[in-house]
Amino acid sequence: MIDAILHTIWTVTKIVFILLPLIISVAYLTLAERKVIGSMQVRVGPNRVGWKGLGQPFADMFKLMTKEIIIPTNSSRFLFLTAPILSLAPALAAWAVIPFSDGWVLADVNAGLLYILAMTSLGVYGVIIAGWASNSKYAFLGAMRSAAQIVAYEIAMGFALIGVLMVAGSLNLGDIVRAQSGGFFSWFLIPLLPLAVVYFISGVAETNRAPFDVAEGESEIVAGFHVDYSGMAFAVFFLAEYANMIMIAALTAIMFLGGWLSPIDGFGDGIHWFLIKTAFCLFLFLWFRATFPRYRYDQIMRLGWKVFIPVTIVWIAVVGFAVYFEIGPWFQIRANGMST
Amino acid sequence: MTGSIKDYVKTFALWELLKGMRLTGKYFISKGITIQYPEEKTPQSARFRGLHALRRYPNGEERCIACKLCEAVCPALAITIESEQRADNTRRTTRYDIDLFKCIFCGFCEEACPVDSIVETRIFEYHFENRGEQIMTKDKLLAIGDRYEDQIAADRSADAAFR
Repeated sequence: MIDAILHTIWTVTKIVFILLPLIISVAYLTLAERKVIGSMQVRVGPNRVGWKGLGQPFADMFKLMTKEIIIPTNSSRFLFLTAPILSLAPALAAWAVIPFSDGWVLADVNAGLLYILAMTSLGVYGVIIAGWASNSKYAFLGAMRSAAQIVAYEIAMGFALIGVLMVAGSLNLGDIVRAQSGGFFSWFLIPLLPLAVVYFISGVAETNRAPFDVAEGESEIVAGFHVDYSGMAFAVFFLAEYANMIMIAALTAIMFLGGWLSPIDGFGDGIHWFLIKTAFCLFLFLWFRATFPRYRYDQIMRLGWKVFIPVTIVWIAVVGFAVYFEIGPWFQIRANGMST
Repeated sequence: MTGSIKDYVKTFALWELLKGMRLTGKYFISKGITIQYPEEKTPQSARFRGLHALRRYPNGEERCIACKLCEAVCPALAITIESEQRADNTRRTTRYDIDLFKCIFCGFCEEACPVDSIVETRIFEYHFENRGEQIMTKDKLLAIGDRYEDQIAADRSADAAFR
């Protein structure tokens, strides 16, 4: 009995220690985004609230918290209020299986990769339900676009992950990172480069970020699925979007950039490497947004169905061949590791 | 054929995307050019055309002789002048209004003035809180002139060689 209670308290403490820094990172990611994009567009970005604008996320937060949550008359009230929670909860729940460093993981699940896939896919329900519940043309269009986009890119994303699990020989995220030990050239980025690129771009599409942000598409459908949201309900959507961004960045770091492993073999492995790699991937997100114009809807479909899926299938065949015949330094080591 | 193969290679190497990212990356690391306005200001020319002022001679006599050349030249019809003969038989204005909502700050009044009375100063930060405040009356214009006379005189002498 006592053991069970202690275990629960310990787990809740760990959850708090993961979620609190995550929420703070989300808050500061919004500031970082505005600063980085501002700098790339030869602007300054927010710099008035607090020292160098560091108080800006809190100013935004308090503003949104004090605003009214408007519920449209003809909306489905229950779904309308459920949708933001539905989009945020999976984004946070997915962090349970992320290994921050060797052994630093809340739930060391063997099917971690499957859990991640399930959670990241679940997030889109929030978007679709929001679009449906708003009972508005723009919101509905945004939700439809988002649904079609997720279906297209989920497949490419899944195939990219299959490549990873073929080479790593495990679904456990910790084991996937450990399979990449041996310095920079052992990271999966190199043998799986096409899959890494496809995965990251699909991740950008999956989080509805520019240049794949047709679900919001300000110039066409106002704000897409969240046109009718205001105040804290809107803020929760924002939170979910940025939590998902960090999630995708962390997963890219774990699966292709060696997670907590240092680029030099056995030299200062630890959480700092994980954070640096995640931050780098997040910077890429912002860099993309500052650089690329929004894809047209049919171009998104073309890229997803006619480019990414064939590319991943071909590369999975190549990886399968290489793993079976134990070709090259990477696949050989992995095959040996699997047999032991 | 070779052209299309080259295109394929370029597409799959994300060549154009990388080129775009190089451009934004270059701007990211380059130094900003923003002037943080209330704290920092851009340099002003001596010919800057801001808020108007009416000047006086060093002995305190107002320069304006009510010749109405500024009123005549004003393309926006922003200036209204009324005049009368003073006790010492000189002609002076009784009313000299500039409507700042009409004024386009072209500087023609300043050019037209034979006695360098109406001038445009470097003041550009001002606001109105009530209706009617946009009319710069003679008193207000003279007050500005009195207050910024040093600056106005310095600017006129700096520009004198080019007139």
